[in-house]
Amino acid sequence: MEQDGFPLPSQIADVPGAENWRSMYQYFTRFQPDDDKRFWFYNSMHFPEPIPAFDSITSEVPYQAIGANTARLFVFPTTLGIEHRIVNGRVYITANPVLDPAEIGRRAEVFGPRAGYYYENWDALYEGWKERVRGLIAEIEAIEVPQLPEWEDASVVFESKGVAQNHYLQENFARCLALYSKMWHHHTEMLMLGYGAYVVFFEFCNKAFPEISDQTVGRMVAGIDVIMYRPDDELRSLAKLAVDLGVDDLFTEDNTADDVLGGLEARGEAGARWLDELAKARDPWFHVSTGDGFYHHHLSWNDDLTVPFTALPGYVAAVRAGTMKPRPTAQLVEERERIANGYRDLLNSGDEKAAFDQMLGLCRLVFPFVEDHKFYCEHWFTTRFFQKIKEFGALLARFGVIAQADDVFHLHHTEIDQALADLSLAWSAGSPPLGGAHFPPIIAERKRMLKVLRDWSPPPALGPVPEGLNDPAVRMLWGVTADRINSWLHPDPQEMHGVAASAGVVEGVARVLQDVNEIGELREGEILVCPVTAPSWAPVFGKIKAAVSDIGGAMSHAAIVAREYGMPAVVGTGDATKRIRTGDRIRVDGDRGTVRVL
Amino acid sequence: MTYVVELAAAGDAAEAGGKGASLGELARAGAAVPPGFVVTAAAFATAIEAIDPGGALRASVESLPAGDIPAIARVAAAVRERIAAAPLPDAAASAIAPGYESLGPDADVAVRSSATMEDSSAASFAGLQDTYLGVAGLPSVLDHVRRCWASLYNDESVAYRRRLRMPERDLAMAVVVQRMVRPRAAGVMFTRSPVSGDRSVVAIEGTWGLGSALVAGDVTPDSFVISKITGEITSRRVSVKDRIHSFIPNGRGVTVTGTPAGLRDRPCLTDEEIRALASVARTVEAHYGAPQDIEWAVLDEPAPAAERIVLLQSRPETVWAAKAAPPVAAPKARPADHVLTLFGKPL
Repeated sequence: MEQDGFPLPSQIADVPGAENWRSMYQYFTRFQPDDDKRFWFYNSMHFPEPIPAFDSITSEVPYQAIGANTARLFVFPTTLGIEHRIVNGRVYITANPVLDPAEIGRRAEVFGPRAGYYYENWDALYEGWKERVRGLIAEIEAIEVPQLPEWEDASVVFESKGVAQNHYLQENFARCLALYSKMWHHHTEMLMLGYGAYVVFFEFCNKAFPEISDQTVGRMVAGIDVIMYRPDDELRSLAKLAVDLGVDDLFTEDNTADDVLGGLEARGEAGARWLDELAKARDPWFHVSTGDGFYHHHLSWNDDLTVPFTALPGYVAAVRAGTMKPRPTAQLVEERERIANGYRDLLNSGDEKAAFDQMLGLCRLVFPFVEDHKFYCEHWFTTRFFQKIKEFGALLARFGVIAQADDVFHLHHTEIDQALADLSLAWSAGSPPLGGAHFPPIIAERKRMLKVLRDWSPPPALGPVPEGLNDPAVRMLWGVTADRINSWLHPDPQEMHGVAASAGVVEGVARVLQDVNEIGELREGEILVCPVTAPSWAPVFGKIKAAVSDIGGAMSHAAIVAREYGMPAVVGTGDATKRIRTGDRIRVDGDRGTVRVL
Repeated sequence: MTYVVELAAAGDAAEAGGKGASLGELARAGAAVPPGFVVTAAAFATAIEAIDPGGALRASVESLPAGDIPAIARVAAAVRERIAAAPLPDAAASAIAPGYESLGPDADVAVRSSATMEDSSAASFAGLQDTYLGVAGLPSVLDHVRRCWASLYNDESVAYRRRLRMPERDLAMAVVVQRMVRPRAAGVMFTRSPVSGDRSVVAIEGTWGLGSALVAGDVTPDSFVISKITGEITSRRVSVKDRIHSFIPNGRGVTVTGTPAGLRDRPCLTDEEIRALASVARTVEAHYGAPQDIEWAVLDEPAPAAERIVLLQSRPETVWAAKAAPPVAAPKARPADHVLTLFGKPL
C-alpha cells in the first residue's frame, strides 16, 4: 500500500489460490493500466461478497442503465455514467465527472427541460412506471423454459407452428436477460432525479444549519406510507389473525414453516381461513427479497418461507401479551412536521423559507418512488428473474450438463447461452450434450475460488483521492464523502466510523448476522451487526436495541427503519461484520457515527 | 437614594448595571437564579462623589491617551487606591446589611461587578471587572463591594474604555451579591454554534465544580452540541479535566484541587442534564429574542436535572450577531429549478 493514499488498481495482487478469478467475468470488467489515474471505491453496498459468474450480470446491466440515464437520457450536466471493474471477485466503481464549464453549460440546456418534465409530472409518471414494471414482472413470470420432451406436442404440427422447442431455449433465455435489462432501465428512469432532489435539499440544510446531521435531514424527508413496511405489516396482521382464529399454538420457535402449514391444514375452517389470508399476503408482499437483490441466493420470502415464519412466533407472542403495537403513523407524521417546521422557523427570511418549502416539497414528491422502486425492481422482479434462470439450471441439470440447478449461477450468462446451444444440438441430434464433460470441473473450481476470495479484505478505495464528488447517487446512497474517504485513509484500530444514521448511544452484546436467514439466532436486546439490511429485515428491528451495518448512507433502509424505531444506528462502517464477533460487548454511538468494541 | 435592590426586582441597567439587570430579567423570565441583591450604581456614585468631588480624578483618566499603557497603569492604580481606602458611605452600608442578612446568617456569597455599560450587545466587557466567590460576613462583603468598585479602574478596563473613547464622567459600577451555589458542574452555553453560527443548536461547555475553572482557562472543558429541534446530541467531546474549582465555606474563597482520577475523563454532564440545559437555553433565548451566551451551574442535589439548573448570567451573543449572513437560497419559478441550478455548475 502507498504511504499516503489508497493502493493503485495495478497494485492489487491476485488472492493466492484464486489466481484464475478472471475466468468468471467478462473481459471488459478488468482494470486497465490507465485506471490507475482515477479514484475507485469498493461498492460494498451492493456487492459485499465475491460475485458468482452469473451474478456479475447485476453489475453489468445496472451500470449500462444508470449511465445511459445520466449521460445520455437526461444529460446530467456534471456527471456522465458510472464505470465498474471487478478484481478478486469484488466490484469497484467510479463516477465520470464533467469538469469543463462550457460542456457543463451545453449539457445543462438539455438537462433543464428533460428533468423538469419528470419533476413536474412526477406522480402521474410514477403511476405509469408502476404499470410498466408490473408488466415486466408478468412477462418474466410467463416465460416458459422448454422442457425438451421426447417428441414435440402434436399442436406444433396440427397448428402448423413449425418451430420446435429447442429453438426457445436460447430465445427465452435471451428474453430473460432482455427483460432484466429493461427493468434496470426503468429502475434508473426516475431514481437519479430522485437523488438529485435529495442532494439539493441536503446541501441547503448543510449551508443553513452547518451542524445539522444527515439523519435529521432524512427525518424531514421520509415518507410514512411507503410499501417497504408492507411485508412486515402483513406478518403482524397474520399473527393477529392466528390468535383471533385460535390457531396460534402452532407458531412456536421449534415449528418450521412446513410444520405450521401442515398443522393448519388439519385445523378445518380456521386453518383454511388463515391459509387464505397467507395466500393473499404472499402475492405480492412476500416477493420481498431477503437481500438487496444482487445475488442469486437472495431469495424472496416466497422462495423460502424461513424468514417470515421465524418472525411470526415473536409477533404471535406479542399479540397474546397485548404488546403488539401498530406503527404509530400519525405520531411519525406529526414528529416529521414538527422537525421540519422547527428548522424552517429558524431561517432568516421569507425567501429562504420559500426556497426550503420548494426543496423539501420536491424531496417528499420523489421519496415514495425512491423508497418503493426497490420493492418492484430489486425484490419482486429480480427474485422472479433468478428463479427463472434457476429453471434453466434445472433443465441443464436434468440433461447432465451441470450437477444441480443452482450450479447454473457459476456460469457466465454467455456460457449459459453456449450450454443451451450445446443442449439444443444434442437434443435435436439425439446425442448427449458435451457440456457434461466441460462445465462440472469449471464450476467446481469456481466454487472453490469463491470460498478463497471470501476471505480477502478489499481496500475501501483505490487510486488517487478526488477533489470533488458530484454524483448524486455516490453521495446519497453510498455515503462516499470527503470525511468518509479520510476515515478510510486513517483507520482507528479501536473504533469503526460510519454514518450516524439514528441518534442515541447504547452498549450491548453484538449479534453478527451475515444473512437475514439467520435471524432465528437473534436474542431480544442484542445489537444487530450485519452487512446491509433490506425491507425483509424489518421483523428484526422489533427485537434489537441498536443496528450496525457495513454498508449504507443516511437514506438507506437500516437508517430509515432505525429512526422510526428510535434506536441508535450506525451504517456504512465498511467492515463491522469482520471486526466485531457475536458476543462482543460494543458501544454504538448513533450521534457521532462510531462503533467501539469494549 | 436607593442603594440596594432585590435581584428579582433589578431591571434598569443604569441602576443595577448590565449583569444585575440581566440577572433580574432572567429571574423574571422564570429561570432559576441564586437569590441576592444589587448594590446600585447610586451607591457607587455617592461613594465616588465623596472621593472625587469635582470630577478631576475621572477627568484625568479620560484624558489618558489610549495607547499609553504605563500612564494608564499609573493613573488607574492611584484611583483604585483611593476607592479602596475610602470607607463605604454609611447610607449604603446600612442598606447592604439587611440585604445580606436576608440571604442567611453569615451566608457565603459571590460579589460580582456589574458595570453600567457592561454586557451591551454592542461591546463585550466580558471578564474585565472583578468577581469574588466565597465571601462571608458583613465586613468582608462590604470590603469586596469596594473592591468591585475599584475594579472599574482595572488597567485593562481603563485601556478598553480609552480605546473606545468612552466618557468617564457618567460611568458607574453596581455590584451583585448572590448566595453561592455548590455546583456539581458548571460552564457556559451559547444558543447558537460559536464555531459555525448555526442557530439550530445549543453549544455547551462545562467542567466539574465551579465554572471559574473554565472561565479562567484552567481546564479544557467538555463540550457538547445539541439540536434545539430534535434534542439529538450531535457532538460530544470529553476532555481530561485536571482541576476542580470549589469554594470553601465560611468566606474562605475558592480552592483549586486535582480532579479525582475517576472523574477526570468522565463527562461532567449526563444526557438528561444536557437536554435540560438546552431547554433552559431555548427559554432564555426566546425571552430575549436573540441568541444568548449563558453561564450556568448544575447543582449537586437529588432532584431531576431540570430542577438543578441555575443561571449565573446571560448576555447577547456578539460575534455572529455582527456578521451579516447572505441568504442560503431564494425561491425559484419551479421547485425543480433548484436541481437544475445545483447540477448546472460544478459542485
